[in-house]
Amino acid sequence: MTVETTSAPPAARLSLRGWLASDAPASRRQAVLGNVYRGFVALVSNRTALTGLVIVAALLGIAVFAPLVSGFRSPIDQSLSERLAAPGAAHWFGTDEFGRDIFARIAYGTRVTLTIVMLVSIVVAPIGLLVGTTAGYLGATAGRAGGIIDAVLMRITDIFLAFPRLVLALAFAGALGPGIENAVIAISLTAWPPFARIARAETVSIARSDFISAVVLQGASTARILFRHIVPLCLSSLIVRLTLDMAGIILTAAGLGFLGLGAQPPTPEWGAMVASGRNVIFEQWWVATIPGLAIFIVSLGFNLLGDGLRDVLDPKSS
Amino acid sequence: MSDAALLEVEDLNVSFPGRGGITRAVRNASFSLGRERLGIVGESGSGKSTTGRALLGLIPAPGIVTAKRMTFGGQDLRGLPDAEWQKLRGRRMSMVMQDPKYSLNPVLKIGEQIEETYRLHHRSSQGEARSKALAMLEAVKIRDPDLVYHLYAHQLSGGMGQRAMIAMMLIAEPDLLIADEPTSALDVTVQNEVLRILDDLVTDRGMGLIFISHNLTIVGSFCDRVLVMYGGRIVEELKASELAAAKHPYTQALIKAAPSLEHPLAELAVVTRDPAWLI
Repeated sequence: MTVETTSAPPAARLSLRGWLASDAPASRRQAVLGNVYRGFVALVSNRTALTGLVIVAALLGIAVFAPLVSGFRSPIDQSLSERLAAPGAAHWFGTDEFGRDIFARIAYGTRVTLTIVMLVSIVVAPIGLLVGTTAGYLGATAGRAGGIIDAVLMRITDIFLAFPRLVLALAFAGALGPGIENAVIAISLTAWPPFARIARAETVSIARSDFISAVVLQGASTARILFRHIVPLCLSSLIVRLTLDMAGIILTAAGLGFLGLGAQPPTPEWGAMVASGRNVIFEQWWVATIPGLAIFIVSLGFNLLGDGLRDVLDPKSS
Repeated sequence: MSDAALLEVEDLNVSFPGRGGITRAVRNASFSLGRERLGIVGESGSGKSTTGRALLGLIPAPGIVTAKRMTFGGQDLRGLPDAEWQKLRGRRMSMVMQDPKYSLNPVLKIGEQIEETYRLHHRSSQGEARSKALAMLEAVKIRDPDLVYHLYAHQLSGGMGQRAMIAMMLIAEPDLLIADEPTSALDVTVQNEVLRILDDLVTDRGMGLIFISHNLTIVGSFCDRVLVMYGGRIVEELKASELAAAKHPYTQALIKAAPSLEHPLAELAVVTRDPAWLI
């Protein structure tokens, strides 16, 4: 506190911060915003979480402004006279075997990666929620029939969990055919079980609470109880798990791309880029190494952010 | 509907199979209820809450409910399918639970929760349900309904929470309200206020009330009739005004065990139990 006052930040900033951090808020909105602010401060003051946040923010920024970032160089235009050029002033990260600028391809590759991550999240979270909350709620309240439904759903989940993730995704992608959409479906099919597990565990503890009995007493149907009263309470732990899982999704997507079952050429997909550089890895190391580094840094960023979010969102961990 | 039989129960049994055999929580309970206030008293574990829950079909999974007769407004409650229960609960019979801290959803606004009961049973526009909820909040004597409508459960005091709970359970105007120790979690000063509100609403609407409590004094002054339960059985049924003239030794012992301001005692009487009461 003393350090802050002696360093004397500009008056306007100080008052805004003071207003947000006030422990005697004058209005309800101030209290709510103050809470958000304190959560944000907790997230940012955690150095690893801040690193993750910066990496993910940079990823989003690059994806949005990819043409600008890459200096309007095309990620797919070939220039065979410049093939396998070393990193330098003209091409910051060098060029690949068709003379395409690797920096531009990395920049545009963020879009592919983010698309896959977002689509998988959108598909996986609802499936996990639906399976987990249904199994948990019916198992906890609906007697023997509910117990059977619970057991069946959770054993199916266990079966999916028992397969190595990449191998299962590979099998699905192989069966469905290569391409980004099919890669998304294949990854989603392998990524939902942990979410179902988490949602079920949360639901079992919520289902026996008094306020759920109160809703039953009001005459609500099972579907209404599930979607309106149980799902919202499962969301926060699911969001944390989702951010932690994004690294895994990125790695699986890159793995599929590497094996030729993800995005197809000439789409600048990081996994496929690593694969194409494999032949020249000793002579022209940058072709495979730089997309590999991109995968590494982004996965790390999501993991760090997920850890930080867990500390902020989950009161049990502090 | 005739005054005599809003609810009729004959030989109600609730048992829970467990590892050590079957636990019989309620044994052969028989009573009937008109549009009056019926108190059920007894110690912890005497089966009073279980009786209340059995009437609403809320006995959890392994529990078994049997009865020779269990009718509500002429409708047989035994083996009622879920869909029928959903129509009945909230609309025709509902229940106020013990602790508002646990019985209100922590992530929904109070107003939304009150509205929900209404909207579950009436086809209505959002605006109509909302004005109903605000009127109901006012009916339970909440000073600033517009503000409280937008609050969450953790922002309310215990008394306000319990009043919101009562609003939530009465908004669809049920014929029967079961209050399961509605004031046990509250401050003594707030208890009377909540009881008065409950009393007013029940009398105004001509509802039947089952008031479950372990507080003989409250039940004696608040109810018309009292059932005394011990070990899952109803050991005595009597008018509240005649509590002092109780015949059963258990009831007499309970009355003796309560402290009195007029006749302070150094040591309160301890209830001595007779195993024969259970048979």
